[in-house]
Amino acid sequence: MRYIDEYRQKQSIRQLAGEIQRTATKPWRIMEICGGQTHAIMKYGLQQLLPESLELIHGPGCPVCVTSLETMDLAISLASRKDVIFCSFGDMLRVPGSSQDLLAVKAAGGDIRTLYSPLHALDVAEQNPDREVVLFAIGFETTAPAHALTACLARERGLANFSILVSHFLVPPAIEAICASPKSRIQAFLAAGHVCSITGYDNYHELSRSHCVPIVVTGFEPLDILDGILACVRQLEQGEHRVENRYARAVKAEGNPQARARLEEVFEISAQTWRGVGPIPFSGLTLRPAFSALDARKRFSIESRPESDNSGCLSGAIMQGLKKPHDCPHFGKRCRPEHPLGAPMVSSEGACAAYYRYRKRSTADEY
Amino acid sequence: MCLGVPGQIEELLNELPLERSGIVSFGGIRREVNLAYVPDAEVGDYVIVHVGFAISKLHEQEAQRVFLELERLASNGNPAEEEG
Ligand code: SF4
Repeated sequence: MRYIDEYRQKQSIRQLAGEIQRTATKPWRIMEICGGQTHAIMKYGLQQLLPESLELIHGPGCPVCVTSLETMDLAISLASRKDVIFCSFGDMLRVPGSSQDLLAVKAAGGDIRTLYSPLHALDVAEQNPDREVVLFAIGFETTAPAHALTACLARERGLANFSILVSHFLVPPAIEAICASPKSRIQAFLAAGHVCSITGYDNYHELSRSHCVPIVVTGFEPLDILDGILACVRQLEQGEHRVENRYARAVKAEGNPQARARLEEVFEISAQTWRGVGPIPFSGLTLRPAFSALDARKRFSIESRPESDNSGCLSGAIMQGLKKPHDCPHFGKRCRPEHPLGAPMVSSEGACAAYYRYRKRSTADEY
Repeated sequence: MCLGVPGQIEELLNELPLERSGIVSFGGIRREVNLAYVPDAEVGDYVIVHVGFAISKLHEQEAQRVFLELERLASNGNPAEEEG
């Protein structure tokens, strides 16, 4: 397929990896923010092509993994109601709540529909006027415009039985929190290309300047990821730190103006709790007052009881780049994709699931 | 769930601003996609699609940059690493 196959060619991948080998003279630690990139790094065995002293650290960029326990418990209690049809991305069904997951609710007769596009939830609402339809809107800046447009259309169509459980996360405040942590080991960041195709990257300049870190906007194919790493290494070796766009085929400096305007209309920035990590100021989105009629939290006025996570899952440390999945005593033992203890084992973009799936790969020759 | 996949617009279905949509082909697999966020994308253009929404139009000239760089590296005597 065009725009995919040419970025997966073994010869080009090896050539770029060779250039990284030649360029890196010191040990460097680079974090890829996005779980999609983590997945590609494991799938294509990219770490094995890099100098041993160059460490890739996996970031918090998997919305399935960071959705808070409190929000999961809310989702589970909404999905359990007889009057509710609960619409969700399929990945969320296996994320553990405090006592069960959405899959268990479905097995017990809960009406849970997995959707490809959030717009389909509007059709479900139209077809079921006597039921309450709740859309579980999770994601980063990449997904938020889809939910914003869905909210606008729901309002335009006057759907009185439709509401949204919003669990949205913003990436730059998480980078800021990682940089500000005294425990941080990260020297450069690969910024998630598709987040930037919405937001652009103007807001990264200040982050790069104030924390002296290169930030390189990077795509998702193996060649893209190596190209992003090469740009980071070149800057690090030169003692430079600036924002660079290596995914210009899909990202403009200003992002997507239509999507940004729609986000601005529907959402406002709020505090958000990241599972395993804790609260990060200004790192989430909530519906603006003009859209509060669509807010499932208000419509159902459910009390949320913050529960603590007793599963023994290390997801917080993993998502801040402090630990790797095989540092977790449960990895591959009690915790496996068939019965995940923590969210990073659920989604294919979670670091634990990516490590588990590709754990047998020892060289990059197998694809 | 966060995947963004490139595909080619084959047909426009709806031109209402919020509901602008079309058929996008992903290597032959065809799906209806919302095109509200790529108002200038036309039939034949490639877009990145995420959860049923096109979020960005692909820029062919920019797509060539990494390959030009690889050519430049090769002509500077740094060809592909030997297999093995
Ligand atoms: S292996 Fe399982 S329990 Fe351990 S950190 Fe990963 S998701 Fe959590």
